[in-house]
Amino acid sequence: MDLNVNGVRHQLDADPDMPLLWALRDVLGLHGTKFGCGVGACGACTVHLDGVATRSCVTSLAGVQGRAVTTIEGLGRGAKGGEHPVQRAWKTINVPQCGYCQPGQMMQAASLLKQHPKPTDEEIVDAMAGNVCRCGTYQRIKAAIKAAAEA
Amino acid sequence: MDNEIVNLSRRTLLKGTLAGGVVLGLHVGGVGRAFAAEVSRAPGGAVPADGHPQAVFAPNVYVSVAPSGDVFIVVHRSEMGTGIRTSLAMILADELDADWRSVRVVQAPGDRKYGDQNTDGSRSIRQFFQPLRVAGGSARQMLIATAAARWHVDPATCATEPGYVVHRASGRRAGYGALAADAARQPLPAAATLQLKDERAWRYIGKSMPIVDLDDIVHGRAVYGIDVTRPGLVHASVEHPPVYGAKLVQVDTADALKVPGVLQVVRIPPAAPPSGFRPLGGVAVIATNTWAALQGRRKLKVKWERGANASYDSDAYRTQLSATANRPGKVVRNDGDAASALNGAHRRIAADYYVPHLAHAMMEPLSASASYANGAVEVWTATQNPQQARTTVAQTLGIDEQAVTINVTLLGGGFGRKSKPDYVAEAAYLARAVGKPVKLTWTREDDIRNDYFHAVCAQHLEGGIDANGKTVAWLHRTVFPSIASTFAPNVRYGAPGELGQGVTDVPYDIAHLRCENGPAVAHTRIGWYRSVYNVPHGFAQGSFVDELAAAAGQDPLHYLLALIGEPRHIDLKAMGVDYPNYGASLDDYPIDTARYAAVVRMAAERAGWGGKLPAGHGRGIAVHRSFLTYVAAVAQVRVGDDGSVRVTRVDLAVDCGRVINPDRVVAQFEGAVVMGLGNTLYSEISFRDGASEQSNFTDYSVARIDSVPDTHIHIVPSSAPPGGVGEPGVPPVAAAICNAIYNATGKRVRTLPVDTSQLKRV
Repeated sequence: MDLNVNGVRHQLDADPDMPLLWALRDVLGLHGTKFGCGVGACGACTVHLDGVATRSCVTSLAGVQGRAVTTIEGLGRGAKGGEHPVQRAWKTINVPQCGYCQPGQMMQAASLLKQHPKPTDEEIVDAMAGNVCRCGTYQRIKAAIKAAAEA
Repeated sequence: MDNEIVNLSRRTLLKGTLAGGVVLGLHVGGVGRAFAAEVSRAPGGAVPADGHPQAVFAPNVYVSVAPSGDVFIVVHRSEMGTGIRTSLAMILADELDADWRSVRVVQAPGDRKYGDQNTDGSRSIRQFFQPLRVAGGSARQMLIATAAARWHVDPATCATEPGYVVHRASGRRAGYGALAADAARQPLPAAATLQLKDERAWRYIGKSMPIVDLDDIVHGRAVYGIDVTRPGLVHASVEHPPVYGAKLVQVDTADALKVPGVLQVVRIPPAAPPSGFRPLGGVAVIATNTWAALQGRRKLKVKWERGANASYDSDAYRTQLSATANRPGKVVRNDGDAASALNGAHRRIAADYYVPHLAHAMMEPLSASASYANGAVEVWTATQNPQQARTTVAQTLGIDEQAVTINVTLLGGGFGRKSKPDYVAEAAYLARAVGKPVKLTWTREDDIRNDYFHAVCAQHLEGGIDANGKTVAWLHRTVFPSIASTFAPNVRYGAPGELGQGVTDVPYDIAHLRCENGPAVAHTRIGWYRSVYNVPHGFAQGSFVDELAAAAGQDPLHYLLALIGEPRHIDLKAMGVDYPNYGASLDDYPIDTARYAAVVRMAAERAGWGGKLPAGHGRGIAVHRSFLTYVAAVAQVRVGDDGSVRVTRVDLAVDCGRVINPDRVVAQFEGAVVMGLGNTLYSEISFRDGASEQSNFTDYSVARIDSVPDTHIHIVPSSAPPGGVGEPGVPPVAAAICNAIYNATGKRVRTLPVDTSQLKRV
């Protein structure tokens, strides 16, 4: 299996059915992408496939052949200070509590901003409703997305 | 805890390593003992990866100073999102007068020498505020004494600036690093001579500071239990019994072993109920990666004997608990003569409430990595309670606790579940069985089906009001399976601490007041979940006050304030009530009705209580004291014609005493609103045929971003002793929302989660 992650190509001897999530975590040792539910219902595992937010826990390795995978470790690549505007906004607004879901939240938010650079409240809620945060940081996530959109 | 401060520069020091970070070997001045601890990045730059700074000055287990001037602060409590790694360090750094940029936070492994490490009960700050002040202040005083001796001046003429001792008269200054070696030879200040800072001189305490792990989190570098790696690590997934207490009859592993990547299958012996913290037992599949382990597990053919709890059914259990709640129970508080007062009341009302089981469902599923060699085991895990994990691992493996090292990572949420180390002992057991380092990962389904569930609870309340509408009688009966049932056989009644969470501690000015507890038998593992029995009790108590106000035809806010009554302390001890007060004395932390009234007034005022609302909208109020903190909630809701409930705004007024890191306190209460809202509107675990019917976020609904209200947290400025912060925001939220629904629709919600079909306009 070929894997292009954060601009680096990897050759993997792995089951084509293996979800991208486990290849990232267990094979490549990229632990920023989190396991939360395994069924695409919580968003903790969100990565970008060719720039679009995708749940890596329900995306097989076979399905990402020839496509560019970006994880939280690569989100700020090429950006000012190595930080994507959502990462800066997440820090300014002090969004994270336990922080576990936040890589997935930020990947989802970055994908939203790519599609809608100035999202409305409704667009934010629509885009982010698949990402669960049990700490309850949602109000700050909304604020941070707006701050990132202004940045 | 033991508050003794010992000069560790002359004694043994902490030892332990943790994955994912930088291991420093710190040599202690004078005795040359190794001091190895994992050090995380802290504000002000990275820890030198190859550095071995000499921590020559370590006056106690919590702090050391290196010649470089770096200050290592050991945080012995677990970080699960409260910001405790930052706020505990802030307290110590402030009294030490450390430069925050030089502070490196070190996470302690499980060891009794740190005092209590069980990070639950919302007590890290209230129990360690003073000890950490003393730890930092002692170190500061020794550094001052060192500089004064060097300069031949009176220590009283010296002062400190962040990281320096200064002698202003002569303009001399010395960095802490340069003083550290000599400071280690200073005697520890006696308690009588120890001078802590005047609070006006605090630099960090009371100021909002970003958490020390923020940068790692936003870059995906933060290491949680599930992220630990070890050389040669293999992965494990465990098939647990389908019912609590089910026994494994037979397992066919042939197909599982054919799955590529699967290495072996290991049986974990079962623990019969009550199983306490011990692993449930089951069949573990060991593989080269998690996915292979999961695939192998699907191919296991396991036969179980489902056992005595196989018929556990939530509908039947609810009927049973509700019937019990409608019969006299064990009296746990009795003021006046409630029975006569109810009979003689001008008007009498009664209501039954029900709250289901809930699951913790913290975002990071349970995970632990363990390695076993030469009779000793080392574990890396997200645990709220590393000392209990150490004990449980030692018991499970039949080895001495001294042979067990528990390294604590960041926790991806806890909410009480990660205080129970069954999963940690599973990993340790597997590491020994396999002979390689093992990472155990529970799936979300494992997590929800095998939770230590929040207790289901049925309650019956009765109230009597006189001709003026005043409440003259109150009867509160609660029935629930006790947490104690998880640890001991034949438990039927609630513990005083459980009943003291919103039943016996009712603060209202009612002459005839009686609280009772009926028996209940548990059929699954019951555990503590954020704010524990305050969840159902806060809901019922806060709702029933609103029912009384409605019966009296009075405004809920004014009625609530009248019930709270004159400023006074409720002395439950004098009333003969067995009331633990969250482990604190009633002298230090009284039940103070003035503080109840103050938060109620503040929440009402900030929320614009009394202002006009459009049709279909409503406002509700409730107040609750838990974990020594007072919280009033005002909720605004909009109820659609289809019965749909939208919580549009929540105001919380919070009196939690002194605040260390205000922004993190606000964040905790923001989160409590969301969790309280989820408990109210969405979450329910139901049992059928002995097992949870829910198993993932697809059927266990929690609050998402589309349900978050406009949330306003108002903190009462206070210099009172610190109260709890993590939990106390949850209890009043459900009652405030349901009271708002009543205000909007005239319909009472007495069962959670809210059944919106009952709110449809016909």
